[in-house]
Amino acid sequence: MSTVNLSGITKQFGDVTAVKDLDLVINEGEFFTFLGPSGCGKTTTLRMIAGFYFPTMGKVKFNDRDMTSVSPEKRNTGMVFQNYALFPHMTVFENVAFGLKVRKLKKPDVKRKVEDVLKKVRLEQFIDRQVSQLSGGQQQRVALARALVIEPDILLLDEPLSNLDARLRDEMRTEILRLQREYDITTIYVTHDQVEALTMSDRIAVFNVGECQQVGTPTEIYNKPVNDFVAEFIGETNLFPIERDQEEGTTFIYHSNDLNESIYVHNSDENVASYKDSDQLFMSVRPEAVKVNKKPMEGVNVFSGKVDLVQFTGESVHTFVTINDHVTLKATELNRGPSTYLEEGTEVYVYLPETQVRIIPEAKGEV
Amino acid sequence: MLNAEKRKTIYLLIPVILILAGYVLYPSISTLIESLKQNGAFSLGNYTDFFGPKAAANMEALWHSVYISILSVLLSALIGVPLAYIFNRYDFPGRQFFSNIAIMPIVLPSLVGVMAFMFLYGEVGLVPNLIKDLFNLSEVPFQIGGVSGILIVHAYTMYPYFYMTTSSALNNIDPSLEEAAYNLGSSKFKVFWKVTFPLLTPGLVAASLLVFMVSMASFSAPFLLAGGYRVLSLQIYFSKMNGDMEMAATQSVILSFVSIAFLLFMRWYQSRKDYRMAGKGIGSHRSEVNNPVLKAVMVTLGILAMIILLLPHVTLLVLSLVPEGAWTWQTYPQALSFENFRLLFEDPNIWDPVRNSLIMTTLACIGVFIFGMITSYALVKRSFIGKNLLDILVMIPWALPATVVGMNMILAFNKPSVFSFGEVLVGTFWILPLAYFIRFIPLVVRSTNAVLEQMDDSLEEAAQNLGAKWFYTFRRVVIPIILPGVLSGTLLAFVQAVGEFPTSVLLYTLDNRPISIEIMNQLRMFNMGQAAAFGMVQVGLIVIVMFISYRFFGVKSENSL
Ligand SMILES: Nc1ncnc2c1ncn2[C@@H]1O[C@H](COP(=O)(O)OP(=O)(O)OP(=O)(O)O)[C@@H](O)[C@H]1O
Ligand SMILES: [Mg+2]
Repeated sequence: MSTVNLSGITKQFGDVTAVKDLDLVINEGEFFTFLGPSGCGKTTTLRMIAGFYFPTMGKVKFNDRDMTSVSPEKRNTGMVFQNYALFPHMTVFENVAFGLKVRKLKKPDVKRKVEDVLKKVRLEQFIDRQVSQLSGGQQQRVALARALVIEPDILLLDEPLSNLDARLRDEMRTEILRLQREYDITTIYVTHDQVEALTMSDRIAVFNVGECQQVGTPTEIYNKPVNDFVAEFIGETNLFPIERDQEEGTTFIYHSNDLNESIYVHNSDENVASYKDSDQLFMSVRPEAVKVNKKPMEGVNVFSGKVDLVQFTGESVHTFVTINDHVTLKATELNRGPSTYLEEGTEVYVYLPETQVRIIPEAKGEV
Repeated sequence: MLNAEKRKTIYLLIPVILILAGYVLYPSISTLIESLKQNGAFSLGNYTDFFGPKAAANMEALWHSVYISILSVLLSALIGVPLAYIFNRYDFPGRQFFSNIAIMPIVLPSLVGVMAFMFLYGEVGLVPNLIKDLFNLSEVPFQIGGVSGILIVHAYTMYPYFYMTTSSALNNIDPSLEEAAYNLGSSKFKVFWKVTFPLLTPGLVAASLLVFMVSMASFSAPFLLAGGYRVLSLQIYFSKMNGDMEMAATQSVILSFVSIAFLLFMRWYQSRKDYRMAGKGIGSHRSEVNNPVLKAVMVTLGILAMIILLLPHVTLLVLSLVPEGAWTWQTYPQALSFENFRLLFEDPNIWDPVRNSLIMTTLACIGVFIFGMITSYALVKRSFIGKNLLDILVMIPWALPATVVGMNMILAFNKPSVFSFGEVLVGTFWILPLAYFIRFIPLVVRSTNAVLEQMDDSLEEAAQNLGAKWFYTFRRVVIPIILPGVLSGTLLAFVQAVGEFPTSVLLYTLDNRPISIEIMNQLRMFNMGQAAAFGMVQVGLIVIVMFISYRFFGVKSENSL
């Protein structure tokens, strides 16, 4: 088990900067996720930890050991590749035993360890199968077993579930978590699936175009995004630009040009992110926080509008309310039966609770 | 600091570059230098002679070569494409069997092949005489020789290039494309010309280029059949035999120039992004033939093609069973026996060429196996500056006509050099295995490239991640995965090396003369039976090795054709 310490990491491929000035500390035994859109540098970072790329600048440390230029075979990391990278000419046993044979373990020890780990991933009956004769989920588990059996200091998973169908993904998610807890192993998990990230991780790092935007627990990332990119990338949100008006007292006041109204926000850490004077500001409010009512409501942050579209997704109902030409707000409620659905065209009132609105700056360094 | 990856790349490249520089580049340059010398002094004299009136024969030979090559392309295409179409698109009895026979020409080494053709269709050939006797004609109805002979042999040996490329292209065409055209109301004919044919063109162009190059280089057919007809590959041989090394070098350079130009053109053509084959191969539909007349025609065609394809092999077999003196002035052989084979196995002198061929071929195959694998790995999996150049350098021996490779070897190693460790190689045993090795490197590199490109980089990374060092990974992961590709290339190298003639005839000595040379000698002494028996040994070796590799490794040589 190790901590992973990345400091000042930059990686360039010719003119492309894949990762820019990254600082991260991943704790022992932590399940840490890299989340971000395609091409943001997640794989590159992971591969620098595994040793397949060397950083252009910066240092990679495991515990206190500088690993920056150590070659991959000497790092004792266990990596699970997106395409599994199982050796096609070997059986399940041979695949899993590969790393142990490299470590020159005795035959009986190899056998025992392989059997143990296969039992853990529930594949013991497939031990002599050729890997090409396994299903996607089974191959996935062989890849996991192969990485776990060498008792790596760090487990690295690069979008391990992206080739599986929705059902199997669910199943494997729990499986991976179970194994991670069982082995209590520092794990870095790469994904661009936010549900995966939110449900599995101890902490998440959100990347965009080579830069880490925010590091935090799933609730922090979701409830307290630091900028508009994170707010928009994780979950659904209503996002529009605002101007500052009065930033004093228990309630701050901002002005939205789009709504041509003032927005009142509770002055707290939860509702106002830190920003600089020069920053362009946005307000973000999650659809599940938006209240829609047919009857007029008293107080601030209430706007009138017309129901534009009602979308039924099964467990919940989305109501899109058009306030004016510039603004359509989305509200989400749990499904409580057809009688509660609003009709399209209905005049309604929308309330954005002061304690649920979040004011955030525009993300920097975006192209 | 040089990182570990870069260091590995460099270690890999050092032997590759040394060998290519020493045995491909240096010999070619030696020839170039020789061609720029006249009576020991540097001059362009040889080239003015070549193109000038002084040696008009040369220009004539160049044009003849081009002329024959163009006709060979047309003829091979005319046979190969329709056959491939019929046998891949229609299902009728015996179809499968025929497609297996279709590659028979490659198990017939060039020299024996030509010899069989002479006895089949030549002046005293079995087929014309049989027709004459059957129909009581006063003269043989036809006979091949000269240009027509060369062309027919070329069509026979080179049609597989068209057959194979067309077949694989047909199998890769998404059938829904044609179905869409039918669905839109096109007639069968229109669909072929407007949809299928355009999809086949890339393959056809590639095959045409290939056949053109192979015919330009062809040696055995003109050697035995040309009579007075001049072609360039043969002119080189004559110049060398007349001791005019400078002219031989000049002719080689000009032929090399044409070949390398073709190689570059072919690379360019194949590197264009080809949208046409973008779809995944789904396996073509074969139409079942129901019309009984059509079915009969198809089956007849199949049987006919099969007979024509196998006749040379049968002829060779028959010839090898004719004891000395049993077929001299008579139209048909008078007796058959195993005399020739008995002699072969009993007389150590007669057995010698077989042993030579085996030893030299094996040495060359071991060489190309190892070297081809390493080179291909470096080319596909490593990045370095000048990769494209190295790639071209590797393919040069493939583009160069065998005669030119032979000349290059002579001019490079008839004097001591660093690459021959200060020895003169010409006139020794080693020159031939070395020449075979060089000629067949590209076969292995090409077939290995194909599988290596399929192999995902993450496999090596996974092994490394699990703690395996590079060499362990290479041994335990890379080699087992690419082995079929390497083997199929090596197998093709074996098949071609066993029957190799054009390079051998320039480089052999008494001690290392291979089977082909012995066949030539026996032919010169009109010992047809003995020559054919040697030919059968070549065919036998090829068939045994092909069978073993197919049986035990599932490797087919035609895959890397
Ligand atoms: N070997 C390479 N050579 C050149 N550019 C590269 C290389 N690897 C990655 N890049 C570039 O670096 C950037 C980050 O790539 P990376 O693979 O890390 O993205 P990612 O976050 O893993 O994306 P995805 O979710 O699509 O896998 C991309 O712009 C990519 O084009
Ligand atoms: Mg990635």
